[in-house]
Amino acid sequence: MNPISPEPSSILEIRGMTKYFPVGVLNRTRQVHAVEDVSFTVRRGQVVALVGESGSGKTTTIRMIARLIPVTRGEILFKGQDILKAEPRQASLEYRHQVQLIFQDPFASLNAVHTIEHHLARPLIIHGKASGRQELHDRVCDLLETVELKPSPEIAARYPHQLSGGQRQRVSIARALAVDPELILADEPISMLDVSIRMGVLNLIGRLKEQRGISFVYITHDLASARYIGDQIMVMYAGHMVEGGDSETVMSEAAHPYTQLLLAAVPNPHAGLKTDAQLQARGEVPSLIDPPPGCPFAARCTRVMDVCRQVMPEPLTVRPGHWVRCHLYGKM
Amino acid sequence: MRDLRVAYLTTRGPVKAVDGVSFGIRPGEVVGLAGESGSGKSTIAHAILRILHPPALITGGQALFEGRDILEMDDDELNRFRWSKISIVFQSAMNALNPVSKIRDQLSDVMLMHGLSKTEARQRAVELFDLVGIEPQRLDAYPHQLSGGMRQRAVIAIALALNPPLMIMDEPTTALDVVVQKDILQQIATLREKLGFSILFITHDLSLLVEISDKIAIMYAGQIVEQAPARELFDHPAHPYTLGLMNSFPSITGPKHKLAGIPGSPPDLIAPPSGCRFHPRCPKAMPHCSQIAPLPQAISPTHAVACHLFDQ
Repeated sequence: MNPISPEPSSILEIRGMTKYFPVGVLNRTRQVHAVEDVSFTVRRGQVVALVGESGSGKTTTIRMIARLIPVTRGEILFKGQDILKAEPRQASLEYRHQVQLIFQDPFASLNAVHTIEHHLARPLIIHGKASGRQELHDRVCDLLETVELKPSPEIAARYPHQLSGGQRQRVSIARALAVDPELILADEPISMLDVSIRMGVLNLIGRLKEQRGISFVYITHDLASARYIGDQIMVMYAGHMVEGGDSETVMSEAAHPYTQLLLAAVPNPHAGLKTDAQLQARGEVPSLIDPPPGCPFAARCTRVMDVCRQVMPEPLTVRPGHWVRCHLYGKM
Repeated sequence: MRDLRVAYLTTRGPVKAVDGVSFGIRPGEVVGLAGESGSGKSTIAHAILRILHPPALITGGQALFEGRDILEMDDDELNRFRWSKISIVFQSAMNALNPVSKIRDQLSDVMLMHGLSKTEARQRAVELFDLVGIEPQRLDAYPHQLSGGMRQRAVIAIALALNPPLMIMDEPTTALDVVVQKDILQQIATLREKLGFSILFITHDLSLLVEISDKIAIMYAGQIVEQAPARELFDHPAHPYTLGLMNSFPSITGPKHKLAGIPGSPPDLIAPPSGCRFHPRCPKAMPHCSQIAPLPQAISPTHAVACHLFDQ
C-alpha cells in the first residue's frame, strides 16, 4: 500500500467523488446526479464544514466517506492510502474504527430498548477496546464524562427516552468516541436540538478537536454555525462543490454568486428585513435527474453568461487558500 | 390574551404548557413569540383558534378578539369566526395540505364554507395565487407537484383567502432552506404592507424574529419572561434567558467569540422548578429566585421583564 498523497498533514483527501443513483422502474436509465466531482481535503485536527441546502449532496458525500453507500467514481485517500482500492467491497474494521459518524436525529439513532451503557459498550466490544464487565463499565463512564454527562453511572443505566435531545446527541458523540477515531463525520448534529443547548454541543466538538486532535467533517445548512466551528468551509450546490477555503475568507470575501446569495439570506437582526433587497435570484434548486451541462446554478444566477450553460467551470484559486468554480473568475 | 392557561392532562399529572400568559396585538402589528420547543408557543396559537384537542385543556384566562372572548364562543360562532377573523399557517406545508386534492379545491373549500359562490371562489383563487407569487396555472397541481417553497406560499394563500385581520404563523419557514425562507419572509412583509393584517409570528429563531417583528415576547417553560419592541429587546435584552438565547446564535459577520449557550435543558412541566422557572439554569440566580416567582414588571414604558434582578 503505497502512500499516494504527499501532503503530510492531510488525514482525508477526496478526489473527484461522484454518486449517481439510478431512478425509474424497468430500464433504470435515468440517473440522479446526487454528488458530482467533489474534491476536498481534511487536515489533522481541523473541522471542515460542508454547507449547502437540502438536496445539495452533503449527506450523500459523508455517507460515501463512511462507506455506507458505494461510490460511483472517485478516490478516498485516508492517511494517504486509497481506501477504495485497498478495500473495494467494504470497509475494514480498522477503517471503521478510525472514521466514525454522528447522525442528525438523536431520537432515531439510539435504540429505544437498550440502555445507554449497552449503546456505548457495543463498539468497545466489537473493536476489542475493552473486555470484562468492570472494565467495560469504567470505560463507558469515562466516555460519558468526556461528553459532560454526569453523574455517569446513573446516565449509563438510563434508556434513551429518559434523556433530553441534547443529552442523546452527547451519547451519540460518546458512541463515536468509544473507538478513539481520528475522523468524525457529523451530519447536522445540532439542527434537531433546542437552540439554547446547541452551542454546548458545538463547543464540545471544538474541545474534542483542540484536546484530542480529532478531525471533523461537519455538515450543516447553517452558515453561521459553519463559521463558528469550521476551519474550512466548502459550499455545495446541487451536488457540486462550488466554493471553498478558510472559513473567514469564504464568509467575508464570498466569490461564488450562490455563496453570496446564501449569505444574503441569513437572518440578520442588524440589517432588518429589506423588502427591496438585492436578493433577486428567485427559484429553487434544479432537478438532479440527468441535469443539463454547465453550471448547476446558471438558471438562478443573476450574473449568468452563455458559457455557464455549456461548461462546468473548473476550480480556480482566487487567493491562497480560497477557490471557486465560477466563470466570472475565469480570466483573472 | 389575558392570563391564558392551558394544561395537558397526562397520567403523570397535568402539564402546565401555558401558565398565565398575557399579551396584546394591535391592528397591523407583527408580534413575535420566541421560545424553545416545549415552551408553549404553539399551544398558545392553537388555544387562540380553539383547535386544541384533549388531553389539552384551557384551564383559565381570556382570549379577547375585538372585545369578544374567543374562549366563550359556541361552535357556530367559532366556525364563522375561524379563518374569516383569524387564520393560521402551520410549520409544515407538507402536512397542512391534503395530498389527494388539488390546490384549487383546497383553496375554494375555505371560501365555499364561508358562503362565497363557486364563481367568486374561482376568481378569488386566481387573485390569491397572484398575490403570493405563484402562476395561476399551478392551481390545478397536487401538493406533491409543488416545491416546498411553493407549497408554503399556497398555504399562505389559503390563510389569506378571507382577508382575516389576524394571521397566526407557527414556524412557517422552519422546514425551508434559507434562501426560500428569506424569499417567503419578504413576501409576507410585502403582503402585510399591502393588506394591513396583523401577524402573530411564532419561531425559535430569535434573529429572524428581530428582523420581521415590531414587538417580541420571549417564552420560557409556559410563561412570558420578557416583552419589548424588537429593536429594544435586541439592543438591551434584560432577562438572563433572553441574554442566553442571544448567546446561542453565532453570527456570520463581526469578530468571532466563544458563545456559551445556556447550560442544562428546559424543565419538565409536570413539576416545574419552584420560584422562577429559569433559576436552575440561570447564571445570575439569587437565593430567593428558587422560592418566589417573579412577576412581570416594567423597566421602561414598553419593556416588561419577569426577573428578580430588576426588583426595586
